[in-house]
Amino acid sequence: MTALPGKTDRTLGLVIDLDTCVGCHACVVSCKEWNTGGYGAPLADADAWGAEPVGAFLNRVHTFEVTPDSGAAMNVHFPKSCLHCADAPCVTVCPTGASYKRAEDGIVLVNETACIGCGLCAWACPYGAREQDPVEKVMKKCTLCVDRIYNDNIPEQDRIPACVRTCPAGARHFGDLSDPGSEVSRLVAERGGFDLMPEQGTSPVNKYLPPRAREPESIDLAALCDTDLAEPTGFFAWLDRALERL
Amino acid sequence: MHPAASIIAFTVASGAGFGLIAALGLPAAWGAAPTGALFWWGFVVAFALAIGGLLASTLHLGHPERAVRAFSQWRTSWLSREGVLAVATLAVAGAYALSILGGLPVARILGPVAAVLSLVTVFATSMIYAQLRTVDRWHTPLTPVAFLGFALGSGVTIAAALHAATGEARLWPIAALVFTAIGWIARRRAWNAGDRRAPTSTPETATGLGHLGRVRLFEAPHTGPNYLLKEMGFVVARRHAEKLRILAAGVGGFVPMILDIVAWAGVAPALLLSLSAILLLAGLVVERWLFFAEARHAQMAFYDRSHT
Repeated sequence: MTALPGKTDRTLGLVIDLDTCVGCHACVVSCKEWNTGGYGAPLADADAWGAEPVGAFLNRVHTFEVTPDSGAAMNVHFPKSCLHCADAPCVTVCPTGASYKRAEDGIVLVNETACIGCGLCAWACPYGAREQDPVEKVMKKCTLCVDRIYNDNIPEQDRIPACVRTCPAGARHFGDLSDPGSEVSRLVAERGGFDLMPEQGTSPVNKYLPPRAREPESIDLAALCDTDLAEPTGFFAWLDRALERL
Repeated sequence: MHPAASIIAFTVASGAGFGLIAALGLPAAWGAAPTGALFWWGFVVAFALAIGGLLASTLHLGHPERAVRAFSQWRTSWLSREGVLAVATLAVAGAYALSILGGLPVARILGPVAAVLSLVTVFATSMIYAQLRTVDRWHTPLTPVAFLGFALGSGVTIAAALHAATGEARLWPIAALVFTAIGWIARRRAWNAGDRRAPTSTPETATGLGHLGRVRLFEAPHTGPNYLLKEMGFVVARRHAEKLRILAAGVGGFVPMILDIVAWAGVAPALLLSLSAILLLAGLVVERWLFFAEARHAQMAFYDRSHT
């Protein structure tokens, strides 16, 4: 149960392109919407219209400022959800067997009827990918939309995670990372996809693609914003003086 | 990390309870199993502390009614092992107590077995925290050393007080002092190591963007509080932490150890050792609060605004 499978038949996961993400949070909203009506208990909010609303989310978008040694700082929008780690520490610490990693596709899931809501899995995860539902009091995490990707009742083009389906920038990619010929594996190889927090030894499945190097600005935009206007002449000078006198 | 009252009560009380079971069990090996008033007081206090602590630990669960499931995953989970070992220890300790009552010779075996199981249980409790790579301050061998030292320190101090009240204290105050000292030395070393240690995970490693420059959070993903920040974003002011460390080690370490020596010298041993035990437990509550409050979780690197 909480023992990790030695290897998985497939390794489904996400590849997130930090060069393309515009930080619109559409994936966050789409994820929340799907997971409030799909698999498991609804993804709830407490005090949703009150002074201190708090809710569970499976996907959140941070924005980071990256300041190089010289030159202008860069903003990077950074979607973060469960990375479905090969060595998932959240699974092995679970005392009840509610957390498990599937041998067939590597998806890490929570059996909500067995979860006691102790929260130790959230402590074991270095990524902050697990949250306790404020109403149901069980641990919630990204399911990689397991209820969409194998769902014969929805159109074929929708059988991908909700966040990937909705991303207007095309920054999110879904596929089998154990297959070197898959689109996601090629992206990782071509763009230098990397792991988050490799020092934590979690072997995450999801990969991130780095922002491409910015080209140096070829024209000085600031110089174009010259606000030092010349004195008007002719008709406008007369109008200016006439309005001044009124 | 959020210092939950239920978890502080659990680790301090169950540690003292299992430490006391060890102190009651081991002497059976040389035929000195507790009898009379010492037997009754000892086992009542030990079971009350151990069971009370375990019950307190269920208070922070989202679904305490499913707690029995936590006994199932002992193959991988230290939390599950802790639960299984705690129940096994209490069962053996109960059998040991009954064998003393019945005058059965098997007490000579059950006592030491209960003592060893008690210590293994405390070790499992400490490993719930020490196993977590995500918390630098906990992920060290000093965590089990401190937990075992404090469990034996508090358990043996209570045993010393009970020995003094029901008979003679003999060398019990010295044993209490030694274990208490081991706990505090390990804790002091862990505090120092934690203060010096550079964080394992930083905003640069968390985002993988360190090769591009210094990384800091510019805009948080949410405007209000969330579970992650409530559970793992607890921050204690550095100057308060230093004061609380001195308070904890003074009330729970220095003063009890002085009392142990004075009691050993023969001055009002029952009174002073009882006071020593109470102060030690009070100090351990502060120590355990700091254990959580000072611990920084790796995922906070995603919320770090400090770099400029």
